[in-house]
Amino acid sequence: MLTRAYRFSLNSSRVPTGDPLLEFADVSLRFGGIHALSDISFTVRQGHVHAVIGPNGAGKSSLLNCASGLYRPQRGKILLHTRDEQDAASGHDLAKLRPHRIARLGVARSFQNIELFGHLTVLENLMLGRHIHMRHHLVPALLWFGPARNQEVRHREFVEEVIDLLQLQAFRHHHAGSLAYGIQKRVELGRALAVEPSLLLLDEPMAGMNAEEKEDMARYILDVHELRGVTVMLIEHDMGVVMDISDHISVLDFGKLIGDGTPDEIRNNQAVVEAYLGADA
Amino acid sequence: MSAMRTSGDKTFPKLLAERAAERPKGIALQEKLYGIWQPITWQEYADNVRDIAHGLASLGVDRGDIVAVLGDNRPEWLIAELAAQSLGGAVVGIYPTSLDEEIVHVLTVARARVVIAEDQEQVDKLIRAKKSLPGLETVVYYDVHGLETYTEPWLVKFSDLAEQGREWGSNRDGWFEQEVARGTPDDVAVVCTTSGTTSKPKLGELTHRNLLSMADNLTSIDPLGPKDRFVSFLPLAWIGEQMIAVACGLSCGMTLSFPEDSATQRSDMREIGPHVMFSPPRIWESMLSEVQVRIDEAGWLKRKVFGVGYDIGNRAAEQRVKGRKPGPVMRLFAALADWVALRPVRDQLGLARISRCYTGGAPLGPDVFRFFHAIGVNLKQIYGQTEICGIAVLHRDEDVRFHSVGVPIPGTELRIDDSGEILLRSDSVFAGYLGSKEATGDAVDEEGWLHTGDAGYLDEGHLVVIDRAKDVLKSADGTRFSSAFIENKLKFSPYVEEAVVFGTENITAMITIDPMTVGSWAEHEHLTYTTYTDLAQKEEVYELLADEVHRANADLPDSIKVRRFLLLFKQLDPDDDEITRTRKVRRNVIADRYGDLIAALERGDGSVSITNTVTYQDGTSVDRTISLKIYDLDGYVPPKHKKQRPVWSGRR
Repeated sequence: MLTRAYRFSLNSSRVPTGDPLLEFADVSLRFGGIHALSDISFTVRQGHVHAVIGPNGAGKSSLLNCASGLYRPQRGKILLHTRDEQDAASGHDLAKLRPHRIARLGVARSFQNIELFGHLTVLENLMLGRHIHMRHHLVPALLWFGPARNQEVRHREFVEEVIDLLQLQAFRHHHAGSLAYGIQKRVELGRALAVEPSLLLLDEPMAGMNAEEKEDMARYILDVHELRGVTVMLIEHDMGVVMDISDHISVLDFGKLIGDGTPDEIRNNQAVVEAYLGADA
Repeated sequence: MSAMRTSGDKTFPKLLAERAAERPKGIALQEKLYGIWQPITWQEYADNVRDIAHGLASLGVDRGDIVAVLGDNRPEWLIAELAAQSLGGAVVGIYPTSLDEEIVHVLTVARARVVIAEDQEQVDKLIRAKKSLPGLETVVYYDVHGLETYTEPWLVKFSDLAEQGREWGSNRDGWFEQEVARGTPDDVAVVCTTSGTTSKPKLGELTHRNLLSMADNLTSIDPLGPKDRFVSFLPLAWIGEQMIAVACGLSCGMTLSFPEDSATQRSDMREIGPHVMFSPPRIWESMLSEVQVRIDEAGWLKRKVFGVGYDIGNRAAEQRVKGRKPGPVMRLFAALADWVALRPVRDQLGLARISRCYTGGAPLGPDVFRFFHAIGVNLKQIYGQTEICGIAVLHRDEDVRFHSVGVPIPGTELRIDDSGEILLRSDSVFAGYLGSKEATGDAVDEEGWLHTGDAGYLDEGHLVVIDRAKDVLKSADGTRFSSAFIENKLKFSPYVEEAVVFGTENITAMITIDPMTVGSWAEHEHLTYTTYTDLAQKEEVYELLADEVHRANADLPDSIKVRRFLLLFKQLDPDDDEITRTRKVRRNVIADRYGDLIAALERGDGSVSITNTVTYQDGTSVDRTISLKIYDLDGYVPPKHKKQRPVWSGRR
């Protein structure tokens, strides 16, 4: 009898819940004379939904780009904690690693502007997320027999659970480029999940969506977090959504950290209120 | 094959045991999950039924109890059904789209102690309903996602129930076989809700004998076998799905396939290519409008080829449904048309392998019939009611008269009484309504005749159904007619989704447009619109519909032509009680809610305004006043330049 429970864990981090997973320590990033980030320090803990908010140009995406290795901060450390199978802890400074090394540590992300392969199907895009877990030898891979074939079947099983979780069944064989915007966003989330992340970075997952689509997306993010135990760090503009779904919020303004705490603390933080609503409010 | 048809003392669980002994490795059920058709063999099916039956017994389910199932079509649905029946109990299906109040009603009447629910959505409904259901003891769920953190002690996982059953049964060898053997054909097998257009649904009790004699009678004229495939996507709470999927499925050993998701039904059906289908008219109508939309989007060459192919197919079909053999030239042309134009369309619809399919539950427009026969699909009308297991009268192959519903199947007697009501008698007439002896007495008389409540007449032995007897009206000049007849004429237009007709002297109609076809028409005409409401009130859309109503009027006698109509600002919605879940219009609700509109139609006002409360997603609501135009067809002259629109196209 087939079981409907999932067989794979999407979360690859072994750090105990509540322990620090990603630490920003005095991170500064400059573009010429512009200080995109100055001395940012905060901690993302395992098992949290951690939101980064701030007005336009506050440096939110720059921060995410530093964490995924697309930008290299001039100063500071971005420390990712991992545990191996023997539960031995080690730290990696993401600020010094190349993006593909960071991906191998399990840091997966989605982009503000969708970065899917439009001419590949949804399934192929998701299988690409499994790429870092595949070990190919040239000849079996070319002839697609034995180990190469078995390996692909195994990864397909993983991807199918992601498809089931995000309800992408109807679009499996559609070209990603032909899908509606909201679906493409979901596919991008799926591709990041297919990486089997230790940390999921989402850059404005709900940008440009209507209320209903936002609600759906929030539901999927919560499913990923609550049911599958994945730590999520996300950038979002919609305060309602942020306050609803996050455990912890960091607020940036002009490249500086002006607030860091639970949603309640942030709501009552004078500096944040001023940054968002103007000094008079 | 005929040996196993004499049902004798058969019950569903006995048939399952037979199938499992006959072909243990044959595939009984398959469900698409994780992108793959996951098979369940007859042996696995039987083993699962045994485990769940033991599990239910350990929960105290006993002979005569009713187990409820609330969910979409999944193998677990059937396993739960057969498990309950193995213990001598019955199953009642609840439509998965049902709201709390309907669920409470069905569970209360059925006195269900155990409910098998699909997923978080359904479990949440039951948690809310639990307060009003003191008798409900256990809820078993099979899709665990999202339910991991629920702590209610009365929630049990399906797999845990099976485990519990295995344990319970481990020291009771032979108990299960004994229980199955104790079952008699007169035990109630299935409790079906009647789609109540007038009141709360009644629960009809159907015995194993009812269902299996129906299956035998049906398959004696339209044989089915173990090689046939069936896609189960209509609610199993509906008698039609129970009949074909469960009764015929078990007695013929058919393979049932369950689609992956409601969104993938069409593509899954195309993958399977079923041999037999039984669907209500809305499925056929939506297939036709899909063809219309897609052909209208095709290039001129494809349109041309299909047009020619369709004409040939239509002529061949005319011969075929009258039982005549077409001549050699016609046969050659028909084969050619089939090859280039018709077969590809059938394939796109997932009907490439179909040998027979049925429509039932409501009347289907003759033109929709004609369309399917023209493209080579053998579509036949079934007439019946839940109270007679859904199937009593049926078109025969090569004798399909589109306006009739055919002739009674073997073992069924038909009589029209003096008042014009259709009476039926057979082994399949149900055991009675649950908890309502009185209503049972009204439906079945002492001689065993089922009073259908439908008015009809015989035309050369073929039954023609007019409408519900109480809905048959007399027009000003004394013609007997039914509003459903006019509504179906209107509904044949691809642009009309639903139509409700009022009046006896001045016939008026309230119409809801089909957003898909009208939307695509508007796009083609470079007409911009925002919402359904906006589209429905466009001057051009009114003109379009006026032409359609005018065409429908051409087929109607003068006294019952539609004089005026309006386009409703919204679609009829089962959540608003305006239409049943099987998509039958609830006239009394409509008459109540839209009384002002109907009165204005009757008076012949130029327009009418209605206040509508809109509730937004965030919970706030506003009252909006909408003014609806009323279109008077008096003196209507159809625009000259337009050609007659072919059946298969929404475009001129």
